[in-house]
Amino acid sequence: MINSLFLISHSGDIFLEKHWKSVISRSVCDYFLEAKEKAGDPENVAPVLQTPHHYLISIYRGKLFFLSVTQTEVPPLFVIEFLHRVADTFQDYFGDCSEVVIKENTVTVYELLEEMLDNGFPLATESNVLKEMIRPPTILRSVVNTLTGGSNVGGTLPTGQLSNVPWRRAGVKYTNNEAYFDVIEEIDAILDKSGTTVFAEIQGVVEACVKLTGMPDLTLSFMNPRLLDDVSFHPCVRFKRWESERVLSFIPPDGNFRLMSYHVSSQNLVAIPVYVKQNISFLETGSCGRLDITIGPKQTMGKTVENLTVTIPMPKSVLSVNLTATQGTYTFDLTTKVVLWDVGKLNPQKLPNLRGSISIQTGSPKPEENPSINIGLQIQQLAISGLKVSRLDMYGEKYKPFKGVKYVTKAGKFQVRT
Amino acid sequence: MSTTALYNDQQGGAEAAVEAGQETTATISSGGAAFGLFSTDFKKNEDLKEMLESNKESLKLEAMKRIVQLISKGKNASDLFPAVVKNVASKNIELKKLVYVYLVRYAEEQQDLALLSISTFQRALKDPNQFIRASALRVLSSIRVPIIVPIMMLAIKEAASDLSPYVRKTSAHAIQKLYSLDADQKEHLIEVIEKLLKDKSTLVAGSVVVAFEEVCPDRIDLIHRNYRKLCNLLVDVEEWGQVVIINMLTRYARTQFTSPWKEDGIFDESEKAFYDSDSEEKQGQREAKPYIMDPDHRLLLRNTKPLLQSRNTAVVMAVAQLYWHLAPKHEVSIVTKSLVRLLRSHREVQYVVLQNIATMSIQRKGMFEPYMKSFYVRSTDATHIKTLKLEILTNLANEANISTILREFQTYVKSQDKAFAAATIQAIGRCATNISEVTDTCLNGLVLLLSNRDETVVAESVVVIKKLLQTQPTQHCDIIKHMAKLFDNITVPMARASILWLMGEYCERVPKIAPDVLRKMAKTFTSEEDIVKLQTVNLAAKLYLTNSKQTKLLTQYILNLGKYDQNYDIRDRTRFIRQLIVPSEKSGALNKYARRILLASKPAPVLESAFKDRDRFQLGTLSHSLNIKTTGYQELSDWPAAAPDPSVRNVEVIEPVQEWAPSLGKAKKPKSDKFYSDDEEEEEEEEGSGSGSEDDSSSSSSSSSSSSGSSEESGSESEEESSGGSEKTSSDSGKSSSGSEASSSESESKQKKKKRTKKATQRKSKQTAADSDSDENGNGPVGKTSSSSAESSSDSESDSEEDSDSDSPAPQKKTVAKTKPKVEVKSKKEVSLLDLDDFSPAPPSAPKSSVFSSSLLSDLEGLSLSNVSSAMQVTSSSFGPVKTYELLHHMTGKGLSAKYHFPRQPCLYQPSMVAVQVILTNSSDHSLEEIHIGDRSPGSLNVHCFNTVERLEPGASVSVSMGIDFSDSTQAANFQLCTKEDQFSVSIQPAVGELLMPSTMKETDFCSEQKKLMGMNETSATITMATANTSKQNISKQVLSVANVGVVSSDQNNLQRFAGRTVSSGALVLVTLELRESSTALLTINTEKTVMASMLLRDLKQALSQA
Repeated sequence: MINSLFLISHSGDIFLEKHWKSVISRSVCDYFLEAKEKAGDPENVAPVLQTPHHYLISIYRGKLFFLSVTQTEVPPLFVIEFLHRVADTFQDYFGDCSEVVIKENTVTVYELLEEMLDNGFPLATESNVLKEMIRPPTILRSVVNTLTGGSNVGGTLPTGQLSNVPWRRAGVKYTNNEAYFDVIEEIDAILDKSGTTVFAEIQGVVEACVKLTGMPDLTLSFMNPRLLDDVSFHPCVRFKRWESERVLSFIPPDGNFRLMSYHVSSQNLVAIPVYVKQNISFLETGSCGRLDITIGPKQTMGKTVENLTVTIPMPKSVLSVNLTATQGTYTFDLTTKVVLWDVGKLNPQKLPNLRGSISIQTGSPKPEENPSINIGLQIQQLAISGLKVSRLDMYGEKYKPFKGVKYVTKAGKFQVRT
Repeated sequence: MSTTALYNDQQGGAEAAVEAGQETTATISSGGAAFGLFSTDFKKNEDLKEMLESNKESLKLEAMKRIVQLISKGKNASDLFPAVVKNVASKNIELKKLVYVYLVRYAEEQQDLALLSISTFQRALKDPNQFIRASALRVLSSIRVPIIVPIMMLAIKEAASDLSPYVRKTSAHAIQKLYSLDADQKEHLIEVIEKLLKDKSTLVAGSVVVAFEEVCPDRIDLIHRNYRKLCNLLVDVEEWGQVVIINMLTRYARTQFTSPWKEDGIFDESEKAFYDSDSEEKQGQREAKPYIMDPDHRLLLRNTKPLLQSRNTAVVMAVAQLYWHLAPKHEVSIVTKSLVRLLRSHREVQYVVLQNIATMSIQRKGMFEPYMKSFYVRSTDATHIKTLKLEILTNLANEANISTILREFQTYVKSQDKAFAAATIQAIGRCATNISEVTDTCLNGLVLLLSNRDETVVAESVVVIKKLLQTQPTQHCDIIKHMAKLFDNITVPMARASILWLMGEYCERVPKIAPDVLRKMAKTFTSEEDIVKLQTVNLAAKLYLTNSKQTKLLTQYILNLGKYDQNYDIRDRTRFIRQLIVPSEKSGALNKYARRILLASKPAPVLESAFKDRDRFQLGTLSHSLNIKTTGYQELSDWPAAAPDPSVRNVEVIEPVQEWAPSLGKAKKPKSDKFYSDDEEEEEEEEGSGSGSEDDSSSSSSSSSSSSGSSEESGSESEEESSGGSEKTSSDSGKSSSGSEASSSESESKQKKKKRTKKATQRKSKQTAADSDSDENGNGPVGKTSSSSAESSSDSESDSEEDSDSDSPAPQKKTVAKTKPKVEVKSKKEVSLLDLDDFSPAPPSAPKSSVFSSSLLSDLEGLSLSNVSSAMQVTSSSFGPVKTYELLHHMTGKGLSAKYHFPRQPCLYQPSMVAVQVILTNSSDHSLEEIHIGDRSPGSLNVHCFNTVERLEPGASVSVSMGIDFSDSTQAANFQLCTKEDQFSVSIQPAVGELLMPSTMKETDFCSEQKKLMGMNETSATITMATANTSKQNISKQVLSVANVGVVSSDQNNLQRFAGRTVSSGALVLVTLELRESSTALLTINTEKTVMASMLLRDLKQALSQA
């Protein structure tokens, strides 16, 4: 399956290698680096590449390439999914998945990789199991370890891997038993020039943070589960129960995890929380253009729109912009040519506006297309689809846990064409 | 080996090793490029060595950490090998692990030294801790040293029959490692694979299939007998294993089942020549029927469906491809939604999924059309994602949606990403050729693009227009004229060349313009690109032939220019053209045909998808992604041409058995044994489908599920009749527990069958509930319990037992004791927790499972199963249906009647509760609503109520489960059973035997526990047994019918022991029965709960004295 893994930095420096079968020379990465050169933007590198003797499957996460080498047929998604799982694990362990952090924790990283794969086949990928074997580093522990010569390899052997609930470790104990659920919905939308919706859908996730003692068995039910069109679950969720009763019944993993993700059927009309009035034009003669953007609330269900941001990737020929914002601040990145306007809270009485002029490199033709506008926003205490959690029950344990549900609506890939 | 000896040994070897190590490094550093820093490392390595040889653990650890850092950077640290290898037996786990990392990395280079560590691993392989055994095997098998192949082989074989599933999983991985090291071991390894394939642990399943795929993917015959088991286990296998198993089963199914894509199958009769007449008859009957999907085929589809909801994208993709390749056409579309969902995932996932969707959408537009908008391109997408989305949109285009798509395309054409804009134009061209209604619109649109400011866009448009005009040989003079006008402004060579070619091709349609274009070209010829020059020459030649009067001079001029061009292609072409068109003495016969050569009508280019030929590869594979055949790619075979009918597949199960039994030489089981049990299996299945077909009107899916209900029933009953079979199960045969005894003749089994069917019909009323349940949830993860054949249901049953038994203690286990019984109870509870919906298991399965687990446990503990235990098992499995008690009579309940029984399964609400199964039946003529349990009086027992039954139709019945904490007393639980209108007071009084849970222990443990419970805690009586009960089997049968206890295997002939625990407090209850002469026996019960003891004694006495 997976022969070797190379971690390659944004600039093309191979800073870690791990082999699960015979050693493969790192010169194999040259093919990849070549492709990377060609593609320019790292996002544009094809995830699956072919070399004379090997196949390279890579992902790009946190300005890092995770490049795996395989010699035989393997489902590419299998490898991609695994690599993302590796990156997730690093994130989970070190709080960040970047070159610096990985270099700092090489030994832990190596130990993790050793446990995650055996002969190229995933062995332990559940973070709960891994954490029992290799403890994540904390500042306190690293101090203690240097003083006492202790290690961050677990002294006990993991039990979770063998149990029927491999995602939960044994003997969990908390003094405060709490279970929090965040219902986060993202609106993916494309609006056209005139403001009409070309395409809109709602994607949601239920993120959970469960800190409960023992082996609780939870049941989460919704007021209106019919809204959910397509769902995918954490392995802990009993699918049959969902099929028959539309409730989520599960023994939760310990700590943070994504309980489910769902899709609200596109048949339902999606409420678009804001409207954008925009006018971007480049003059035919002379090297300048005008920009005028106003944002106002549309269907916000009476809530306030927060963290409003507007991102405009300008054409490459744009030299500089000279804008004034009635609210918030804007920045213009000279290398990427991106205008970022951080609006903040949307005040319905006084609509934020950004206007000014754009200057273009002299001699270059007028840009063909106006740049599209990407909107970011957040609305607290609202699930835009109307989904509501009705109750959470716990079986199997005697204590009363503290329960909480939070709703957030965000803009996902929310794009306005101009 | 003593440590000092080992140490000396290593010291001795170390000297040599340092030299060897330096040699290797020398060669590497001269050959490799990455070791430029070696000289500075060398000094570091010196102090590393000292650190490693010091006595301080922390220094050693520090050194190893630095070494691992070196390895991770790809630097060479092999010269430290001797110093490192010494620490292989270290007590410090982290140090040990790091040494392992090092060892695996360098052992191949330092083979001799690596051998020093082998003995450590060999010792660790015998360690009582399963994790240590597993990790030893992992490292041992990762050391790629050919000399130790025999040792590895031995270790693998041993580990394959280890009691711990985790170790067995590791051995499956080791198989592949050994195979890559020494392919000659293939035959032996296949034997191990065969054995592991029979393993019923979900932990092992994925890994062994990986090994199978790597070592012997062509030995499909090994799968036959494990097929159903794999299907049923699939939901519980870890996600990575699921991917591999699904892919393998896809391949398998394509060789075994008939195509569901045809209307009816073709039946092949030649193959059944050698079956006994009995089965032949049955086949004959079946052949009369039209094509029905093989129940096993259906089983696979049904059991994979829930996995579409997996969070693992690879699993979803695997299921999607399985449906694509195996499901009937109308069912494939269920995967659409899930695939579209994956598009929300990471960029790389999107890429692969879009590739697959692109291939699918060519063949099945309808599947993705409703989701068309999900493929709309965002400006933030990566270029390859954009191109793929475009591809899919183009594939989806039809008359109905083309206008929407074209509007969308118009936006894309203006994209800043010019490569993408160009791709869009090509896509427009494809839409135009595919959908004739819009050809003109597209053409006009493209012509408009000709005045676009961007060159690439214009060039691409010209090229596409050229192709379109070629496919549409109607009058398009206007467009050509327009293009001629634009010619001066277009600078992209390809576009210019295209226009010139168009002029030449249609020069007769634009007789006035073409010569003028040629004139312009003559002026600029020398400064043009080669490709344009070539087309100019072509244009000149064509014009010369059609309109020589006007263009003769121009042509000659151009040909002269070409003759002296710098590029030899152009010179070459010029000479050729001159000879062809200008008549002279030298030019021979060709000259006459010049016109026909140059102005021949040319076939229009076909604009088609780049993904058109990708369907030759299995979806989701690397080969599909790269569009090449990768190493190790397994072709997906076509459906068998001569379609076997459903029973032929069963035949194929037998066939290999007959072949291999001698060839494998596994003399353990007699051949006939296998044969019979297989035969039985086959018959059972036939019966299953037979009863399914009684219900003629039902569709194939519902018939299979309804048959599952009855065959489940019959499965557990066959259990009671089979005697030797159960022993086989526990001794790794992997055969179904329903396998009949070797000696049972066929006719006997037929009789049984009849009996079964009868019973099944008798219980029809009760079954309805269970049936509808399995119908409804047939696809859920618990589908395994309602699987379509008796074999598989009992299979999975006993499997999950074994699984959990061998597991380490469940997390919530209270510390009490490490005695097995506790473990068993707890972990079994977990099994049921996983399948929460399995509230209503078929009543007879409960006692069976408990007995099985106990026998398996004892097996796992390394006790060889004596005759006693096998006999005991038999008797216990012949335990009849559980007693059902009346809870509410339908007269008093105004039509609502309720019955209850004790399923004898651990209660899933609370461990201290006794599970009670209540069957509610509506015998009134109106539907009852909101059946629930009402308020209980304070101080009553703790009861876990069932969920409210919203509605119960007349005649329907539903089975619900509840939990009652009786606190180890036989006091009745009183509560109210309420409907919407009424309330009925009911009470459940348990028999004392139901307050126990079986507990498994060794005989020695039993005796020691018994000694602790003497005196006050002992109750005994001499009883006279009915003569029918004197055999051991009958005794345990009777005892088990009274009390839910486990059998303790014993080698004393006159003693029988049973052990259990009370459900609430977990107090031990030990029952001993000592047989005396003339059918008397001494019955002793040891327990702290003396009240229970006397009640139990009374019950047992009664049961044993009755015939």
